[in-house]
Amino acid sequence: MTAELEADFQRTIDEDLRVEPRDWMPEAYRKTLVRQIAQHAHSEIIGMQPEGNWITRAPSLRRKAILMAKVQDEAGHGLYLYSAAETLGVTREELLDLLHAGRQRYSSIFNYPTPTWADMGAIGWLVDGAAIVNQVPLCRCSYGPYGRAMTRICKEESFHQRQGFEILLHLSKGTAEQHAMAQDAVDRWWWPSLMMFGPPDDESPNSAQSMAWKIKRHSNDELRQKFVDMSVPQAEVLGLSLPDPDLTWNEARGHYDFGAIDWTEFQEVLRGNGPCNRQRMEHRVSAHTEGAWVRDAAAAYAEKQRARAAGSAA
Amino acid sequence: MSSGTVGGTSPAGAEQTRTAPTTLWEVFVRSKRGLSHNHVGSLHAPDAEMALRNARDVYTRRQEGVSIWVVPASEIVASSPDEKDSFFDPAADKVYRHPTFYDIPAEVQHL
Repeated sequence: MTAELEADFQRTIDEDLRVEPRDWMPEAYRKTLVRQIAQHAHSEIIGMQPEGNWITRAPSLRRKAILMAKVQDEAGHGLYLYSAAETLGVTREELLDLLHAGRQRYSSIFNYPTPTWADMGAIGWLVDGAAIVNQVPLCRCSYGPYGRAMTRICKEESFHQRQGFEILLHLSKGTAEQHAMAQDAVDRWWWPSLMMFGPPDDESPNSAQSMAWKIKRHSNDELRQKFVDMSVPQAEVLGLSLPDPDLTWNEARGHYDFGAIDWTEFQEVLRGNGPCNRQRMEHRVSAHTEGAWVRDAAAAYAEKQRARAAGSAA
Repeated sequence: MSSGTVGGTSPAGAEQTRTAPTTLWEVFVRSKRGLSHNHVGSLHAPDAEMALRNARDVYTRRQEGVSIWVVPASEIVASSPDEKDSFFDPAADKVYRHPTFYDIPAEVQHL
């Protein structure tokens, strides 16, 4: 019986059809998806913090309105993704509790600080840019609800990247001080952005299985290369340099070569020793616990309305 | 006792905290007049009114809709994927339900 179900599942994957919520699926496929979608959802809502930090200090009303819209989008993206995860038989509350208990992760990129306004530009251009390269292939993920959530997210994400690029372009063409601020932000965000694609292929044990299941469509190194190739000409337009002396065009490969990534830093941040890990988690947990009264009040109000409606009907 | 959280509420006690679940709603949006409502996703809310407001904020931030339906997910009755073959089989051998089944002389117009 299980063999038959498994064959049916594999046929669905091989024919490039989508797996939908109530279909039979191997437990390992379900678990992999819950872990990946939850981590993705957590990243969206933790990702509100480094930018939320700048809403009150944005340099103009226009920039403030844009930044608020962007941070609101991140909350929306978190919601789409928690909804997708819930179709796999977990609840949003369980996932949040796991995040708060430190038992599920979010992207390590959000553990870096945002000390200057130029960081809003660098996050939009590089961090959201890397996220888009990662996420576009996920729109074709074999699991239907995840793919559909990613389609919505990718549509909205492109405004995020363009507004970041625009911030950096303005600063780069501004005063010498503003140009230096833009360069400093790019210098700090470039390497962490490259790390967003995950460990190199030969050290990424789960990748092969995810690709066989068509959850993932390209390897970490392929996507990283694609991002580097896209970013170099964009940096030239910005008039900013990328902090890698080994970055050179390789005619034979048809790609840019780039320097070695410091994976010990990546591991340290993953382990909880990045510059802002503690701060991000404390803020998330306190927002959740201090917001409990709002959830309670809404639940009590809904209950009172139900009781009233029942009373007037009787 | 808070219904939002159960157990310890301090950040340090987060691992004992369990957040109370709220109702899950499925959201359907009519993108413009003349089109039907389409399923766009789901969300959590304590009651229908807040579900509608949340749906507006989550699913129509860029003018994606002119009308929204929200339905408690638990109220939806669905066919079972396990019987997808037998359930839809009766339609498989009735090709005569399609206009292309019929042989009509080529010179016949408007048919």
